[in-house]
Amino acid sequence: MDLTTNYLGLKLRSPLVVSASPLSENLDNLKRMEDAGASAIVLNSLFEEQLRQDRLELNQNLQQGTESFAESLTYFPEAEEYHLGPEEYLKHVAAAKKTTRVPVIASLNGSSAGGWTSYAKQIQQAGADALELNIYYIPTDMNLTGTEVEMTYLDILKSVKSNVTIPVAVKLSPFFSNFANMAKRLDQAGANGLVLFNRFYQPDIELETLEVKPNILLSTPMAMRLPLRWIALLHGRVNASLAATSGIHRASDALKMLMAGADVTMLCSTLLRHGIPQIAAIERDLVSWLTEHEYESVSQLKGSLSQKNCAEPAAFERAQYMKALTGYTAAH
Amino acid sequence: MLGAASVQETMDFALISQAATLRSRLPFIHFFDGFRTSHEVSKIEMLDETVIRALIDDKIIAAHRANSMTPDKPVLRGTAQNPDVFFQGREAANGFYSACPDIVQKVMDEFAALTGRSYNLFDYTGAKDAERVVVLMGSGCEAAHEAVEHLIAKGEKIGLLKVRLYRPFDGKRFIAALPASVKKVAVLDRTKEPGATGEPLYQDVVTALMEETAAGRSHLKAVPQVFTGRYGLSSKEFTPAMVKGVFDNLTVSAPKNHFTVGINDDMNHTSLAYDANFSTEPANVVRALFYGLGADGTVGANKNSIKIIGEETENYAQGYFVYDSKKSGSMTVSHLRFGPQPIRSSYLISSSNFVACHLPVFLERYEMLRSLVPGGTFLLNTPQSKDAVWASLPTPVQEILLAKKAKFHVIYATKVARVSGMGGRINTIMQVCFFALSGVLPKDEAIAAIKNSIKKTYGKKGDEVVQMNLKAVDNTLANLHEVSVQDNKVNGTGPLLPSITPNAPAFVRNVLGKIAAGDGDELPVSCFPNNGSFPTATAQYEKRNLALEIPVWDEKICIQCLKCVAICPHATIRAKVYEPAELKNAPPTFKTADSRIPEFKGQKFTLQIAAEDCTGCAICVDVCPARNKTETKLKAINMRPQPPLRAAESVNWDYFLNLPEIDRRKIKSGTLRQQQLLQPLFEFSGACAGCGETPYIKMVTQLFGDRMVVANATGCSSIYGGNLPTTPYATDKCGRGPTWCNSLFEDNAEFGLGFRVSLDQQKQFAGELLKKLAPQLGDDLVTQILTADQSDEAGIADQRERVAALKQKLPALNTTESKLLIPLADQLVKKSVWIFGGDGWAYDIGYGGLDHVLASGHNVNVLVMDTEVYSNTGGQMSKSTPRGAIAKFAAGGKPAGKKDLGLIAMSYGNIYVASVAMGAKDEHTLKAFIEAESYPGPSLIIAYSHCIAHGIALDQGIGARQQKLAVESGQWLLYRYDPRRAERGENPLQLDSAAAKSKVSDFMMSENRFKMLTKSKPEDAKKFFAQSQVDADRRWKFYQFMSQRDLKTETAPAVKPPTSIEA
Repeated sequence: MDLTTNYLGLKLRSPLVVSASPLSENLDNLKRMEDAGASAIVLNSLFEEQLRQDRLELNQNLQQGTESFAESLTYFPEAEEYHLGPEEYLKHVAAAKKTTRVPVIASLNGSSAGGWTSYAKQIQQAGADALELNIYYIPTDMNLTGTEVEMTYLDILKSVKSNVTIPVAVKLSPFFSNFANMAKRLDQAGANGLVLFNRFYQPDIELETLEVKPNILLSTPMAMRLPLRWIALLHGRVNASLAATSGIHRASDALKMLMAGADVTMLCSTLLRHGIPQIAAIERDLVSWLTEHEYESVSQLKGSLSQKNCAEPAAFERAQYMKALTGYTAAH
Repeated sequence: MLGAASVQETMDFALISQAATLRSRLPFIHFFDGFRTSHEVSKIEMLDETVIRALIDDKIIAAHRANSMTPDKPVLRGTAQNPDVFFQGREAANGFYSACPDIVQKVMDEFAALTGRSYNLFDYTGAKDAERVVVLMGSGCEAAHEAVEHLIAKGEKIGLLKVRLYRPFDGKRFIAALPASVKKVAVLDRTKEPGATGEPLYQDVVTALMEETAAGRSHLKAVPQVFTGRYGLSSKEFTPAMVKGVFDNLTVSAPKNHFTVGINDDMNHTSLAYDANFSTEPANVVRALFYGLGADGTVGANKNSIKIIGEETENYAQGYFVYDSKKSGSMTVSHLRFGPQPIRSSYLISSSNFVACHLPVFLERYEMLRSLVPGGTFLLNTPQSKDAVWASLPTPVQEILLAKKAKFHVIYATKVARVSGMGGRINTIMQVCFFALSGVLPKDEAIAAIKNSIKKTYGKKGDEVVQMNLKAVDNTLANLHEVSVQDNKVNGTGPLLPSITPNAPAFVRNVLGKIAAGDGDELPVSCFPNNGSFPTATAQYEKRNLALEIPVWDEKICIQCLKCVAICPHATIRAKVYEPAELKNAPPTFKTADSRIPEFKGQKFTLQIAAEDCTGCAICVDVCPARNKTETKLKAINMRPQPPLRAAESVNWDYFLNLPEIDRRKIKSGTLRQQQLLQPLFEFSGACAGCGETPYIKMVTQLFGDRMVVANATGCSSIYGGNLPTTPYATDKCGRGPTWCNSLFEDNAEFGLGFRVSLDQQKQFAGELLKKLAPQLGDDLVTQILTADQSDEAGIADQRERVAALKQKLPALNTTESKLLIPLADQLVKKSVWIFGGDGWAYDIGYGGLDHVLASGHNVNVLVMDTEVYSNTGGQMSKSTPRGAIAKFAAGGKPAGKKDLGLIAMSYGNIYVASVAMGAKDEHTLKAFIEAESYPGPSLIIAYSHCIAHGIALDQGIGARQQKLAVESGQWLLYRYDPRRAERGENPLQLDSAAAKSKVSDFMMSENRFKMLTKSKPEDAKKFFAQSQVDADRRWKFYQFMSQRDLKTETAPAVKPPTSIEA
């Protein structure tokens, strides 16, 4: 079975890519991912805001209580040097490249214009095959217009693109007034790929303590419906590669995404839940389904049920909701 | 013993003593004055490596190494010698000592040839025909040098002899250094030798003069008269004025001998009078004083200013910093001098050209403008505008500004700091103001230099930190305003605030109050107790008003759990239940609620805050479990600005204190909400805001304070517990309370054991006397006293009543036994001996003694407040420091794991051991304290104490949260080991921690002591984090195994605790 696919101009042996997660912080895991059949690996993200926060916190902690009491003028020894920039991450990128033969895609979450571009350049120098921009941004300012939010995304992409030569993918949230338009503009601005969608940690409420706490929930297969729709809608309409992420847990989920038009399907929650060997299991099931259904290759399958190619294009549009609801009510 | 007198000499003598020790083969002590010299910042000439090379020959190093121990050339050292030979052996080494002075002088001469800085074993400075000479060593030489130069310029025939090499004392060179004309010598010693014929240097001088004269080696015209005096003990000020006083004493016909100088000895009349206004400070020296808040970075900025001036100009610079004895809200006073000549002034500034006050509240309390010269500059950080500030000043401040025609500038530095992202650190801003106003450097040059130095200082901590400091520099000058002083009239806010409240007893007001006001130097000898005993319950009179915000109680939300009362490190939140009738005269804003504690139904409940004593740490709010149902950000206590609440809450606090204390007999002390109704006998200490140690001490005093004796190891707890002026140990309405003593760091356990042995002996003797007196006293009373059950509060109260009855009867008996029993009768009431200390004491320095005392079987209670570092001295590693933590002496993370002190103690089998963490499980802590105290043998409680040295935001009240994290991750275990359970055939160990809920790394990443390593040595950090998880897992499994073992065997009879020290 020919599983090969093309993502961001990289030729991959299969559409099963590991998405950014804490798993890829460990080099041994990268090797395991490759052994299990991952065709590319997106590394955990470099968070500029985290680095900034760490620097301020370190300074504050080192200063607290100093020069106040005669016998304890300081509380900590001064280190010769601090690794407060992206060095650790860059070292990790370089080490990842040495550890695995599959393409390594670095992931960056910047917080300042300068940060996005300088870190992107350094990531390229460290040897990453491609870069995923993890634009994790929740606009809460009531005076900020949608146009301004959209411009922020485009500006980040453009500035990074003009500073690096490696392919750049943008990982997006679905929360735009017209996502199709946003996708088109990102495509025009030079995005080599769109990763749909970013899952934000959503706050939860603890009933007993009456506190708001971020609650990290792993995705369920239900989460794939949203990217499925948008991939189907975008397939064949943008030049950028399309990566599906969220809720891909089984071979059947991957198949659906590929049929909708994804170039790659990204795995995370299922690996956290079942372990890295799950990649091999999904691939096995994928191959057997394709064989059973007499497919020759993944490319044959790719986009076969996109809005452009499917028998019922309206199924991906709003009317579907009304039908589904009617059906649901009737059944119960 | 080679003594350096200045910072420059300290560097020079380090090399000279090193070269001399190698050449002479004698060990050297190079000494200099602690703090006055060790902590002075000064512009000096650094020694070049070529100089070091030239003085320390490779051959001599090789010779030294050839003398080392090696199995290749075996020798035997440290032999045990019998009376037949020891003596001869000692004398055989004489040659080394007799050769030493020449060797040192030779090194000094070589050093002078290389550096131009010339030293002799004895350096004389002064008139060639001097008749009066002062002899001394150490930093006092610098002040004396200044005074002598000043006075000989006026024609005085005086001189100063500085002693450099103190031992071996070279009498020949000493006498040769004196001018032939000398008639009178005053020898000054910075020490006191009670009972000796004189202090050490004096004795050497007298002996040398006599011997050299007798040997005919003296060139002196006559043997001078020698007088001696003491000065400057414990770094007390020693000024040129005092030196002049010493010279003046030598001019009178019968000079005082064995005098003191610098104090007013109104009891023994040893002190010399001197003119305190005599000053030798040259006019071309700029002198500046900065009154800063410890936390605002003032000292750091001033050290930096010295560096800038020292490096960027031809000027010499000197800085010295005086710190507070309190760890929270402490004031620092920086003394800075700049001038064209090297600065010898080894004393504080008493007349300054520039005074800066970094916190307005200090201006209300301290007379900081006393030292300002006429026309000098005063800089104030204040929220008041330049137009409004005058009227906000205390009246004496206005008067002094007018009288001195001072230049007055203001800046709201706190706001500039906030806007620039600097939080409360106003250091850079005030530094810019100083340079702008003092004119030490041209303004632009100064600002460029400050900016440069910011980049150098903060560069490695990241660009954000540099940028916010640079921003602060840029924001400063636009906010600095001059206030015209002469246009104003005196219309101030009134007198300065007293350092001690007016209701304090006379001794507290007149003596401790002076110390608190910073005027301790003025107190005469007669003020002081001659046996070192000070009254307790004095911290209550020192209203420090530190908190910007204080907790405010919402009685409608409160569930009356009293967790806030338990965790408050300064005992400033208290609760009482009382009869409703008590509210009759309550102040209008006094809050009350119906008691929700079942046993006190029908009574009223109040949670009251001591607004003026609170440090504002907010840990109480953090632990409060109750939330406002409609606005969940609010709890049952919430932080609110202190100033508008101060007056009313102060009245409420007084009213609250006067409500009756709970009857101790009615309390179920095993439940926290009831136990916390007990009066704490430890309050308002000088510990850090948010301290993790003090809640434990407070709890112990609530439980046993009225009958406890405390032996306290040196460390944080001896500082916040026993540093003058005031003490937090308090008394109840009967006048009972903890009696407290600090001996040494290393012997505290043994010291505490001494209390126990003494108390037991007294009790035993009292019992024997009682039995003898039974016929006169009545068998009933005697039997009741001797067999009393004192295991609870009711039993103790009953015994107190019996002893009171006994004491009434005894005087009438008038027998030998009754007279002996009267002073001992109170020992028949149970006493509780507590041994307090930190991990530095218990795990390290006092460990041998602690082990000995625990093994003794005596009934003592040891409380180890385990901060896992030497906190008081600035976070040095101890054997309690966990693996991977950064501490001083473990900058790369501590490689070894934490010593398991509890396990070692458990191995004896007869020691009660508990490991507790109040912030994680408060009732567990309470249970452990009660069990430990009730156990009739030794008890050891190891209490996890969060600490500022952990690198956590202590000032944001997160301490208890960290304790919880430590326990939930398995980094800290909760357990109790009670030998009484073993006697009952049960497993003595109860593991009270649940299995870990989170990873140890989650805890480690929340504290800078661990997290910092991920920034300095990321690879090592990963290994340590992984190993720490393994440690925690293993520890948990081991303790679980230990606590679950089936130990049902035949119970052995209990071993009786020893009754004497020989046991």
